[in-house]
Amino acid sequence: MTAETELKELMLASQEGDAAAHRMLLERLSRHLRAYYKGKLTKLGRGATEAEDLVQEAVLAIHTQRHTYDPAEPLTPWVHAIARYKLIDFLRRNRASAADVPIDEAGELTARDDHVSAESSFDLRRLLERLPEKMGCAIEAVKVDGLSVAEAARRCGISESSVKVNIHRGLKALATLIAQRART
Amino acid sequence: MKTDELIAALSTNVEPVNRRLVNRNVGIALAVGIVIAIGITFTALGVRADLATPRAAIFLFLKLAFAIGTAGAASVYLVRLARPGGERKVSPGLAALPFVAILLLAGVRLGQAPSSHWDEMVMGKDWLECLISIPVIAVVPFAVVIWAVRQAAPTNLVRTGAFSGLVAGGVSAIGYALHCTDDSLPFVALWYGGTIVLCTLAGAILGPRILRW
Repeated sequence: MTAETELKELMLASQEGDAAAHRMLLERLSRHLRAYYKGKLTKLGRGATEAEDLVQEAVLAIHTQRHTYDPAEPLTPWVHAIARYKLIDFLRRNRASAADVPIDEAGELTARDDHVSAESSFDLRRLLERLPEKMGCAIEAVKVDGLSVAEAARRCGISESSVKVNIHRGLKALATLIAQRART
Repeated sequence: MKTDELIAALSTNVEPVNRRLVNRNVGIALAVGIVIAIGITFTALGVRADLATPRAAIFLFLKLAFAIGTAGAASVYLVRLARPGGERKVSPGLAALPFVAILLLAGVRLGQAPSSHWDEMVMGKDWLECLISIPVIAVVPFAVVIWAVRQAAPTNLVRTGAFSGLVAGGVSAIGYALHCTDDSLPFVALWYGGTIVLCTLAGAILGPRILRW
């Protein structure tokens, strides 16, 4: 099996709500993304921390936007489009000119970088504190502390459906915070 | 933060997602936009009084066919553009088809008529009202379409903005057609076509600002 078919299967399972498949998908894609961003940023003379910031931005985007993947299409171009969009956004924020954006193709995502211990410049807990209270509480309870939605609802003092909505909105807000943070 | 920590957090309590959400939201936006455009036309402009006459009915049908064709074809592309990498598969040929058709028909009509009639056929009675109404009526439908697209993740913001404007312009023309009494194909081609193109340009300019994610 090729990487495309394996990754696509993982994505389809992840869309169905399979947590193990979702984790494996994000882990595997993060390695491809790391190689992609390191390659691009090295050419522009930027460091590994910035590459890891971008890896995490892209991982977060893949997570929050996974409903936009159409199973009738191959997965690699979808991931590549997100990776490239985040790269261009990053370069624009950092006032690099559009001419700096290297021309690339979906095939470039096949390279892998297993340097898993890399750190980004973000601190998840500190970012969560900057979110609106309900969003931060819901994400911290369910995503960081691993509570069930019902337990999180009790801890945050909101309904279960509100927990889900707050996680969804909160992760998007988190992505925006990360983007803003990388801008300064 | 290590990337592994982020992935572990994101993989805790994973919820299933609705793959049809993008199409559904654009569909809802289209329906809501049409209702709003017709509503604004009804309340602010009024429906044309001679609607029951055969000539008015034929021209209303032609205008609606053009407007619905434009909004419909543009929506098909918009649901693709709203997804990451969707711009790879979009060649805007089909979206231009209603414009090509109306221009051809308008050309034929002008060719059949003596040139002394051309001015009246092209400018009609109320070109200024059409020029103002279609973009103004398009504002709220445009906002609704943008809301739908923002629930997805477009990666070519200029083109996605342009197609959002095209959908809104077509939707607006559906409403305005119910009011407009200028019954000549060259008029429809120039003033409907032109104002819808204006909406498309406005969308292309606004896209990168309002669609970022």
